[in-house]
Amino acid sequence: MSETDDLYQALIMERARSPHHTGGLDPFDAEAEGDNPMCGDRVRIRISYDHGLIGDLRHETRGCAICVSSADLMGDAVIGKSGPEIDELAEAFDAMVIDGRVPDRSDFANLRALAGIHAYRSRHRCAILPWQALRAALGRTMEYQNG
Amino acid sequence: MSAAVKPVVFDVERIRSDFPILSELVHGKKLVFLDSAASAQKPRAVIDAMVRTMETRYANVHRGLHWMSERCSDDYENARDKVAAFLNVAREEIVFVRNATEGINLVAQTFGRASLKPGDAVVVSEMEHHANLVPWQMLRDQHGVELRIVKITGAGEIDWDDLERQFADGRVRLLAVTHMSNVLGTYTPVERLAKFAHDHGARILLDGAQAVVHRAVDLRAIDADFYVFSGHKLYGPTGIGVLYGKRALLDAMPPFLGGGDMIRSVTYESSTWAEPPYRFEAGTPAIVEAVGLGAAIDYVQAIGFESIAAHERSLTDHAMAVLAAIEGVETLGHAQDRGGVVAFTLDGVHAHDVATLLDKQGIAVRAGHHCAEPLTHRLGLDSTARASFGIYTTHAEIDSLAAGLRRVQQVFGR
Ligand SMILES: Cc1ncc(COP(=O)(O)O)c(C=O)c1O
Repeated sequence: MSETDDLYQALIMERARSPHHTGGLDPFDAEAEGDNPMCGDRVRIRISYDHGLIGDLRHETRGCAICVSSADLMGDAVIGKSGPEIDELAEAFDAMVIDGRVPDRSDFANLRALAGIHAYRSRHRCAILPWQALRAALGRTMEYQNG
Repeated sequence: MSAAVKPVVFDVERIRSDFPILSELVHGKKLVFLDSAASAQKPRAVIDAMVRTMETRYANVHRGLHWMSERCSDDYENARDKVAAFLNVAREEIVFVRNATEGINLVAQTFGRASLKPGDAVVVSEMEHHANLVPWQMLRDQHGVELRIVKITGAGEIDWDDLERQFADGRVRLLAVTHMSNVLGTYTPVERLAKFAHDHGARILLDGAQAVVHRAVDLRAIDADFYVFSGHKLYGPTGIGVLYGKRALLDAMPPFLGGGDMIRSVTYESSTWAEPPYRFEAGTPAIVEAVGLGAAIDYVQAIGFESIAAHERSLTDHAMAVLAAIEGVETLGHAQDRGGVVAFTLDGVHAHDVATLLDKQGIAVRAGHHCAEPLTHRLGLDSTARASFGIYTTHAEIDSLAAGLRRVQQVFGR
């Protein structure tokens, strides 16, 4: 179906069908849920730390192919990174979703598969939801650490 | 009188040629518009009536002492006459509002606050649109009435045993239910429901947002106390809707919003209210839109609801059959009496992905909970896709939908 190659690429379909980073994580250091009541998409992210960096990330996602694959590709991209690095990555990802331009950085090797979403405005939030949940989880860890 | 216009033979191609938008391309493909339940497309007659008003007969209504204002007031009031005849009620019982949602809020905030006492109960069904649920939750929280939810059966019909139970303690004062579900397609047995409510000392409000588009509605025969619908689903413009209320009920209701047009006289200290329907039409109304709604009513009545209903029944039967033939498709709503709204799920594919992949083929369906989130969850789902039909929908378009769904399955490797 050539007309949808730009969005439903092989990598997206593959991760939607058999994600690499799903399931629970126990023990974990922080978790957060993101949901989109408009469509029922729901993502729960759990992370663990290893020397201040993300050691592991697991997601439980109930949603469309875009949401599931986005959560999973996010897992690839953030493991081994620090909080500030993830903030920066998330901003670059948001920008790509909005304007479709792929940043020239190695950690976008897989994330770039989602660049086609920019042409589907009503689906942007499907791709961004896992990142919002991750940032919420990171924020929560900061709270624990500060409090 | 438009009601006297003799129905012509139903010719869907001729009807389609009345709707300019249907010749538009989407993603380079012919538009297959299967989202009329969300909002219907507009025929040339509606567009022209609105343009004519703005070009030749426009001024504010009920205020000017000049020619333009008098003509425009006539057109606005003429639209009210058309709505009254359309529903078989008196013109004084027709209040223009923005949409069905505003009509229900108006009843909740006026009738609800003035005539219901804390401890009284309001009953709605499990298959209500948010428009007929949230206003009652708000009234409950503000005013201390109880809100009860009557169950639906597996087929998607009102559960009469549960209805009896909800009414058993004699505290129910209002039954507010849909006339046709926007998810399950169910038509509710409104005459029987009205009689049931009245026999139990309750009033009945019917949400006609979907039903009024597909079949003739005679509110005297139904004996409804309140009825609401939106112009934009009936091939008319946005921004105009209708609240019907029985004269005696409207007479007893306090105003909803205050301002110009709804008063009899005003001093710095206080005001007295105009008679219905004007008491409930504060401020400059949607004049051009009311004229558009009048034109839409003329348009559907000229086609005739008998042939509209027959066409849509045939479309619905066809859709249920072709969708049932696709492995992995599950349709929702199997009421005895159901209309041209078909929500469905596709095994292993989220409704969003279905909608996006269909859209790329030029096919517009809705995906989500269709503003009936509790119902979607009640059905054990997060979201569904929905195809809905109008007078311009063809059997070939439903075949396109079926072919489109098979392509979606290919993309998902199913
Ligand atoms: C059954 C039903 N009730 C109420 C509404 C609300 O209509 P509106 O948004 O025009 O007020 C809708 C439309 O979505 C509907 O389908």
